[in-house]
Amino acid sequence: MLQGGPAARPVPREKAMAAVTESTELSLQHLIDPEICIRCNTCEEACPVDAITHDSRNYVVDFNICEGCNACISPCPTGAIDNWRRVSSAQPYTLEEQLSWDTLPAKTEPAVTAEAELPAEVARLTAEASAGQGGPVSPPWSAAHPYVNLYSLQNPAIATVAGNFPLTDENASADIRHIILDFGNTAFPVLEGQSIGVIPPGIDENGKPRHVRLYSVASPRNGERPGYNNLSLTVKRVTHDHEGNPVPGVCSHYLCDLKKGDQLKVVGPYGTSFLMPNHPGSSIMMICTGTGSAPMRAMTERRRRRIALNEGGELMLFFGARRPGELPYFGPLMKLPKTFLDINLAFSRVPDTPKQYVQDLIRERGTDVTRLLKDENCYIYVCGLKGMEDGVKEAFRDVCATHGMDWNSVYPALLANSRLHVETY
Amino acid sequence: MSINYSEKIPNNVDLANNKTLQRALEHWQPHFLDWWRDMGPEDSTQFDVYLRTALRLDPKGWAHFDYVKMPDYRWGIFLNAAEPDRKIPFGVHQGEPAWQEIPGEYRSNLRRLIVTQGDTEPASVEQQRHLGLTCPSLYDLRNLFQVNVEEGRHLWAMVYLLHAYFGRDGREEGEALLARRSGDADNPRILGAFNEKTPDWLSFFMFTFFTDRDGKFQLSALAESAFDPLARSCRFMLTEEAHHMFVGETGVGRTIQRTCEVMQQHKMSDPADARKFGVIDLPTLQRYLNFHYSVTLDLFGADVSSNAATFFATGLKGRFEETKIGDDHQLNDAEYPVIQVGNGQLVTNHVSALNAINERLRDDYIKDTVAGVGRWNKIIEKHGIPFELKLPHKAFNRRIGPLSELRVNPDGQVITEAEWTQRHTEWLPSREDMEYVRSLMGRVIEPGKFANWIAAPARGINNQPVNFEYVRFN
Repeated sequence: MLQGGPAARPVPREKAMAAVTESTELSLQHLIDPEICIRCNTCEEACPVDAITHDSRNYVVDFNICEGCNACISPCPTGAIDNWRRVSSAQPYTLEEQLSWDTLPAKTEPAVTAEAELPAEVARLTAEASAGQGGPVSPPWSAAHPYVNLYSLQNPAIATVAGNFPLTDENASADIRHIILDFGNTAFPVLEGQSIGVIPPGIDENGKPRHVRLYSVASPRNGERPGYNNLSLTVKRVTHDHEGNPVPGVCSHYLCDLKKGDQLKVVGPYGTSFLMPNHPGSSIMMICTGTGSAPMRAMTERRRRRIALNEGGELMLFFGARRPGELPYFGPLMKLPKTFLDINLAFSRVPDTPKQYVQDLIRERGTDVTRLLKDENCYIYVCGLKGMEDGVKEAFRDVCATHGMDWNSVYPALLANSRLHVETY
Repeated sequence: MSINYSEKIPNNVDLANNKTLQRALEHWQPHFLDWWRDMGPEDSTQFDVYLRTALRLDPKGWAHFDYVKMPDYRWGIFLNAAEPDRKIPFGVHQGEPAWQEIPGEYRSNLRRLIVTQGDTEPASVEQQRHLGLTCPSLYDLRNLFQVNVEEGRHLWAMVYLLHAYFGRDGREEGEALLARRSGDADNPRILGAFNEKTPDWLSFFMFTFFTDRDGKFQLSALAESAFDPLARSCRFMLTEEAHHMFVGETGVGRTIQRTCEVMQQHKMSDPADARKFGVIDLPTLQRYLNFHYSVTLDLFGADVSSNAATFFATGLKGRFEETKIGDDHQLNDAEYPVIQVGNGQLVTNHVSALNAINERLRDDYIKDTVAGVGRWNKIIEKHGIPFELKLPHKAFNRRIGPLSELRVNPDGQVITEAEWTQRHTEWLPSREDMEYVRSLMGRVIEPGKFANWIAAPARGINNQPVNFEYVRFN
């Protein structure tokens, strides 16, 4: 039973936000419980903006018209009017759906709590990922508001696999996959740079439920397919640890083996720091290896979908892999116009070619890199294996030195201004 | 305008600036209170009842909940906010500005409409006055009292119109509304259904579902009236009427649910066995339904009526959702199908739509009722019980109009008087049915407890818990 009167109820989004259809926006959708409603027409009569209509079966509320003024609440004799579901603004329940209901759909809304605590495992992983820069820094000032921890381990969201595609060659040493998860009617808003947690089914060797594993979202905020309630992940099948010892990689195997239509438990989203700037003219420098490319793909794709808006700003990418066949998203990357994305690929295992790492390319492009380091509107993102972090910082130190800058003063300023974001594992 | 509580009669009609009218109503008020004490809910004047009262007329302000002793209830005069530049939506005056005063030539017809509507309000309070003694729960008792005080307020709404716009005639009608008595042989209420007894809670729930729904349709039709104060009064009354239908729909629904629970629990194949467990069997519910539905259909008046045509043509009373109907709102050339008697059989004839205004409202009512019964059937279906409640044929058990000449079974077949005599207790509650239902009516007043024959509601009133102390007896 709802507590508190109408005044205590959160008010759905402002009318002014109606134009915003990004899937990251969560809204309260006003719905009428068809099981309790007696079709007395009082709400329709009371609504000052004619948001409520009916057919011979149900009374329904138009999400696009309802302003959440609550004028219909107290006249309703049954309480049927007093139902709210948290939904993605881009995907409210349509009038057609509502008219077909005999009962309200099960509540799939996240339990939003103001000070939700991160699961211990997630907190540990997050702390590790940003340890290289002394913990997470604030997001860029123009970052969008992230929703965090909407789904807990106790109350996970259920996603359905909408696709699972190999990103690497058959004979590549690594199996990296592009996995698309669909959330149906469950609101699961994410921003580029955020992660989600996956709980593999079953129990571990100690008889405990398996640990949650975090994966960076590889799709932009409005979905892998724009306007759909889905997102994508970039998952590498883990067979060896960083030292080369064989490990089972339970969660990655689980994910890589999922088939279209399979369902899985997802928690999160997580991450309030590694977020992209949104203001016009902002530039992004991205440095990544392997599956560290996932957030970079998300940010690039976000920008690509907005090319027509001519918002300005540069995109510069340093991307390292063993060889082209193992570089996730190599094909699509190559199709992007050079004027849109300045691509720098480093391959460390191409036969008959000297080993090349991202730090080598940063040095090669020193002039442009220092220009962007100086640009207050440029934000830098580093994502990949722990091992790359020091090398990247050294490269920055070198290019600073050769261009008359002092990394020892540049680095703290970058952190202080939320311009450098590191996530390594 | 908000209600002025410094005045004796709460109102949003600026009563203070019309001293004559104010005095007239202040004169009528003690008579009303006397009537309430005599004919209102029995032995209830000391109870504190958790009631909804209008404080302001904006949607947020009119539903104020608190404990009130019913004689202290703030009966007042509330009209929905005026629609600026409202135009008459139908009839010969269509498109002209709505009337703020009554044109002389329509006075008597309008008075008749208002008195007929007004008469039903105290009538139902009288019909229901003994029910408090057998309430199945505090929750239900509170709902009964809410219905009663709001019927009282509806009387106020109509008496205001009579006093304000009909002078001395109106004041006399106001007194007569307090003088007639439901079921009285010498001075009965105007309409038949309002002289029937409401002897038990099942009848009360059926009444609020079926007969208060007639109220909804009558008020909706009057809410289209060219006479703006009547239209605005009825609009506001509709908001209250909704609560009454809620009480009926959920009351019967909870009765059905309890019966189904018991049937399921005991894996019953014969619905009649439900009586062994002290619940109301579905066939009895069907017979109560047949009775209340057919009696209520009579309230819509003659199926072909020149009076109704006049009321419509002159703009006094429209159709249900008049402004949403996509025709010329004149109906001079339109036709409407009406079931009539021809050669001792039921035949459908197309008659002038103007003359069939009553029939059309009756059909709109039937549509609404079908949907409600469908929701009851969902409850039965959910319990996996192969039983369906059905509305009887429109011509079944009619006592007014040409259809009353025939005996018609619930399926719509014309039958002989002999067959009717033999079988009518299959279709309508028998004395034995009523005695059985009455035998279940014990008084349950412990908060959160419900009589065995009815399920608890899904939620309480105003988001209060179901076991809230809705009535304090003092």
